[in-house]
Amino acid sequence: MKPELEPTIQALTKTFNSQVNEFRGDVRVTILAESIVAAAQMLRDEFDFSLLSTMTAVDFWPEENPRFEVIYLFTSVSKILNLSVLVQVPGINPSLPTITGIFKNAVWREREVWDMFGIKFEGHPDLRRILMPADWEGHPLRKDYPLGYEEPQFTFNFEEIDLRKPYAKE
Amino acid sequence: MGVEQKLANMGAVTTTLETVVNWSRTRAMWPLLFGLACCAIEMMAAEGAHYDMSRFGMELMRPSPRQSDLMIVAGRVSRKMAPVLRRLYDQMPEPKWVIAMGDCASCGGVFNNYAVVAGVDEIVPVDIYIAGCPPRPEALIHGIMTLYDKVNHNKIKDQA
Amino acid sequence: MTQLQEVSVDDIKHLVSERAIQGETVLLNMGPQHPSTHGVLRLLLELDGETVVSCIPDIGFLHTGIEKNMESKTYAKAAVMTDRLDYLNTLGNNLAYSMAVEKLIELDVPDRAQSIRVILAELQRIASHLIWLGTTGLDVAAMSTFLYCFRERESILDIFELCSGQRMMTTYIRPGGIWRDVPVEFEAAVRAFIKMFPKRVDEYEALLSRNPLFLDRTFGIGAVSSEQALNFGMTGPPLRASGVKWDLRKARPYSGYEQYDFEVPTRTEGDVYARYIVRIEELRQSVKIIEQALNKMPLGPVRSSNHKFVPPPRSEIGVNMEALIHHFKLWTEGFSAPKCAVYNAVESPRGELGVYIVSDGGPKPYRIHWRTPSFDNLLALPFMAKGVLVADLVAIIGSVDIVLGDVDR
Repeated sequence: MKPELEPTIQALTKTFNSQVNEFRGDVRVTILAESIVAAAQMLRDEFDFSLLSTMTAVDFWPEENPRFEVIYLFTSVSKILNLSVLVQVPGINPSLPTITGIFKNAVWREREVWDMFGIKFEGHPDLRRILMPADWEGHPLRKDYPLGYEEPQFTFNFEEIDLRKPYAKE
Repeated sequence: MGVEQKLANMGAVTTTLETVVNWSRTRAMWPLLFGLACCAIEMMAAEGAHYDMSRFGMELMRPSPRQSDLMIVAGRVSRKMAPVLRRLYDQMPEPKWVIAMGDCASCGGVFNNYAVVAGVDEIVPVDIYIAGCPPRPEALIHGIMTLYDKVNHNKIKDQA
Repeated sequence: MTQLQEVSVDDIKHLVSERAIQGETVLLNMGPQHPSTHGVLRLLLELDGETVVSCIPDIGFLHTGIEKNMESKTYAKAAVMTDRLDYLNTLGNNLAYSMAVEKLIELDVPDRAQSIRVILAELQRIASHLIWLGTTGLDVAAMSTFLYCFRERESILDIFELCSGQRMMTTYIRPGGIWRDVPVEFEAAVRAFIKMFPKRVDEYEALLSRNPLFLDRTFGIGAVSSEQALNFGMTGPPLRASGVKWDLRKARPYSGYEQYDFEVPTRTEGDVYARYIVRIEELRQSVKIIEQALNKMPLGPVRSSNHKFVPPPRSEIGVNMEALIHHFKLWTEGFSAPKCAVYNAVESPRGELGVYIVSDGGPKPYRIHWRTPSFDNLLALPFMAKGVLVADLVAIIGSVDIVLGDVDR
């Protein structure tokens, strides 16, 4: 761990009772869902983590509790530091408070997490689908959503797949 | 050959109506600017000075479907884009042709999942398929020459 | 096939101003198929005459599901799909993915492979900036730059074809090094290119930089301050043009960049003209880096020799039993990565390109997330487009340099 990151980690562990994990030089801090807004505010204002690099989620189905893990990646430009903050979200009615008031690029990032995983963000100004069509059903990046794999046509099954395939006539 | 030569010396050309119509359709076929993804970059490179496409009369890609005859679907078509593609095809006036450029437009390509339409011939009828990921500009030009062959063999009575 | 969505004013009532609902301003659709949107981007413009009151981007028309598709392939086979994300920076995507996998399994890359990676990544950066210059010039009606830039790009694509056989989607940079060693003509070809290229950059500057028409269309348009740019999550040339000196090649050097001496161009105004100047300067700096890398290129192997993770060369398979077994296991089942998560970022021509891989101990990535720069750069567009003319909006979209494959993945 870099020495400049120490005061940030100590402040986070003291205020939010978080767990710290380090692997191959990346530092990960796990906090509870209610404290993410306060943590983001503290990181931006006191410790100068001014860039929200990315925000994504991981689905651990069939483990039900916690099923999702939402990952926020903060970058400090002045101190050249990276910090991941992890929040665990249960599988039933998943929801988190929004951080769009603190980082403006969270507007689209949270929309993407809603679209792909189905995690709602309370207080988001505009929570609609962003990458899939507006009337799509389902959340594609969940593990129980099928890939949509289409069987390749080899010579032995060419005709039977050909009959099933929708071709445009005109 | 005697009569034709004498007529040619007088400045007259004899041919069938079909040949003239087909010849004129191929000589200035205007493509619709429909580059979606990576194949669009190779299409733009084919438009550039190295692999010149303006010798086929195609240097100007019309952005409006009402003014174009040829739709080169260059790139992967996602589920959200599919209705837009169909709408653009419907807006093009007859006669119109479609070239599916690249693997993703022909058959889905590298991608086999929920988001990509496996082959644009599920949506519009395709005349020429060009393979490659992305196909070289020479492959695109070969596809266009094959389309010219196809158009030159068109019979007027098929379209009546 | 889903139905075409008819967006009524009710759906987007919360996004447009009051005047649109009363009918005073016009809602115009700058559709997915448009010559100036650089791809399939749909913009809903609310126009008061010719001035843009608000602009609502609608993305997702090129969504390919690459992240989910890579979850079903082994690490080596998923490298093929990485080229197709940001299709103008194919070798850069390969580099980001390979470095993330190497970080996950702690694999060492030999020095010769690292310097070849740097040369190819910088050539790819030049090619990407040339396309940007050509298409943005086309948007502001400078048509000759389009032809000149594509002519230069052909020389670069010839070099890629010399190494790998493919012009664009090469998958030449793989976890462990590069695919195979560069041929003997590589050095001569690259030297010929970097000898003729700086004069061409001077030509482009002579055409555009002091042209009063170009200045009229780009100076003072779409300005973003440095705090706003950071808050929007912008990275790359738009951030550097706003005054923040953040380049991952200098901040967190990777692949041997610390040995090369180059500058990071920065401006303070943050408008379209500043972004243009930053990218033109980056073209010159890339030539400097390539020259240094060519001079310092060491001899040696180009792939890691740890055959638990990297397939052995084909010549060994016929004579060596372990090589055959390793080759078989790696291409059928794949290697197993330790159970954790890593993040690795490189500097693409558009900004910070990052890969976040979560592994569950198996041969396939459990979850792979791509932090693509164009996504965050694009979401600042509604802010930059308030109160400008439609023609300026076209110049702003061009200056942000988005690639829709990057935005939609």
